[in-house]
Amino acid sequence: MTTTLTIDSTGPLVTVQDLGRPGFIALGLSTGGAMDRLALYEAAALLGTPAPQTALEMAGRGGTFRVTHATRFALTGAPMSAQIDGTGVAWHASHSLQPGQHLTIGGTLSGSYGYLTFAGGLTAPALLGSPSAHLAAGLGARITAGDTFALGVDATPDRTPQTLSPTDRFNGGSLRLMPGPQSDEFDAATRTRFAQTPFIRSAQANRQGIRLDQSGPAFTAPNAATLMSDFIAPGDVQLTGAGLPYVLMAECQTIGGYPRIGTVIAADLPRMAQAPMGASLAFEWITCDQADVLFQTDAAILAKLRATVQPLRRNPADMRDLLSYQLISGVTRGDELAATI
Amino acid sequence: MSTAPPPPAPAIKDAANIFALGQDAVLIRFGNGQTSNPEKALQFMGLLTAAHIAGVIEIAPSLASVQIRFAPDRITRAAVITALQTLLQPTTAPQTPPPPNRRWTIPVAFGGPSGPQLTEAATLAGITVARAVADLTHTPLTVLAIGFAPGQPYLGHLPENWGMPRQSALTPNVPAGAIVVAIRQIVLFANPSPTGWRWIGQSAFLPFDPNRRDPFALRPGDSIHFAPVDATTIDTLRANDPNGLGGATWEGAK
Repeated sequence: MTTTLTIDSTGPLVTVQDLGRPGFIALGLSTGGAMDRLALYEAAALLGTPAPQTALEMAGRGGTFRVTHATRFALTGAPMSAQIDGTGVAWHASHSLQPGQHLTIGGTLSGSYGYLTFAGGLTAPALLGSPSAHLAAGLGARITAGDTFALGVDATPDRTPQTLSPTDRFNGGSLRLMPGPQSDEFDAATRTRFAQTPFIRSAQANRQGIRLDQSGPAFTAPNAATLMSDFIAPGDVQLTGAGLPYVLMAECQTIGGYPRIGTVIAADLPRMAQAPMGASLAFEWITCDQADVLFQTDAAILAKLRATVQPLRRNPADMRDLLSYQLISGVTRGDELAATI
Repeated sequence: MSTAPPPPAPAIKDAANIFALGQDAVLIRFGNGQTSNPEKALQFMGLLTAAHIAGVIEIAPSLASVQIRFAPDRITRAAVITALQTLLQPTTAPQTPPPPNRRWTIPVAFGGPSGPQLTEAATLAGITVARAVADLTHTPLTVLAIGFAPGQPYLGHLPENWGMPRQSALTPNVPAGAIVVAIRQIVLFANPSPTGWRWIGQSAFLPFDPNRRDPFALRPGDSIHFAPVDATTIDTLRANDPNGLGGATWEGAK
């Protein structure tokens, strides 16, 4: 019994994403995958799946979705307005979608990338071992209206909706920076000033990298023009010839020529990915040893999130709305009421 | 007891620096970051691969460095660095680089509309165009590194007189398959691209084709020979090319 997901309408940049394709650096292909990997783990925690599922990444705006069999889904990452047949549903939560219902996901309320994940997973053709779109490499494509995908079966489509409080990462903030191979190309005063400078997330941003703006003098390295090209990686903060900082993201190149002042640690990259245009950002230097202590395995990230998942409770302030929703829709799921107790 | 001095080991230990590259990788760089040293990087990559260090999950060579990604829950950064330092000892270095996996022959049209800057490059190298084509088709070339774009190779090295720098201005666009040259190296472009390198030839070879059975044609260490053909041949190869290899052939182990 295959469940089919049909996408009736879609925002301009909706793609299939998972954790990417590791293992191709020697061949010039970066890992790619979700811009906000934490959102995929949050979905796994909400849906109770053993590992992150392939999801739909929605940049800025979602779309309209329906399914042929009942299934749970999770809404994670950047909060977006979401409705099932006109009734608002909570973000950072799991819900059930019945055949015939329309799930409508609008624009972001904060952050940049929202994620729609189905309990049974989403099947898309794999290229080089992953179905994730790597647009810079020409792998996969943006989703367009009318696209359909097979979904795995959800054995418990009516399980109680769950929610969690996400790490606050949707309005910019502080990013921890560890030194890298070229940090010493910048003198100590420049490195210090970098961490004292308020930055703004610019309009120039995509899955390859995000430019940051600031009003002070540029950050330059004296030998930048003659540096050998060398490995670059997501999280690296690269300064162009004009001294403009870019934070490299999921689809960055594997080798680059401009010097990098440091690397944003993995735990803070989701905050960089989600910072909306105009958000304030700042960097905080940490040592390599401090960064290593902060490394978390996938299993640890998931276990920690699982411990925070709770049944979805309606905010008491919304109770009147809840009652009206039930009256209007005529559909009251027993377990949904249980979740309000 | 032998009185003979130990055999001269390759100077792989010279000026190698080890850096953190994010939380799950280290970079070992040969040289000062200003000069390329791909032979040494490839040689060290061979040593590392043979060493099978538990917890090391990916090794990649670049023009002057090797990246080593590890699983921090299986091996500490300190243990990775210790293992690298052991491999850097001259006694563990092989006497010769590993043999190339595959030997490729790739048809290329040099000069004219297929390589508008061949004459300029030959002048900078202080040789005739005929001699330049002879250098380009007779010098043994190796895939030194792959990067910038998926599958895109850096080849080298041409003779010393090809040490011309990049142009100060960018050539706005060269097509996929273009052969460009600078600093004794050659890049075969995977995609249409602007470049500061000089455009000297054209192939119908696609280094990366996601729909091909093996999307990546080349591997670091492969050897490359350019077979000179005319522009019409390149057009014909491109027009009748089910696998995007542009008439290229290879022999040797996969």
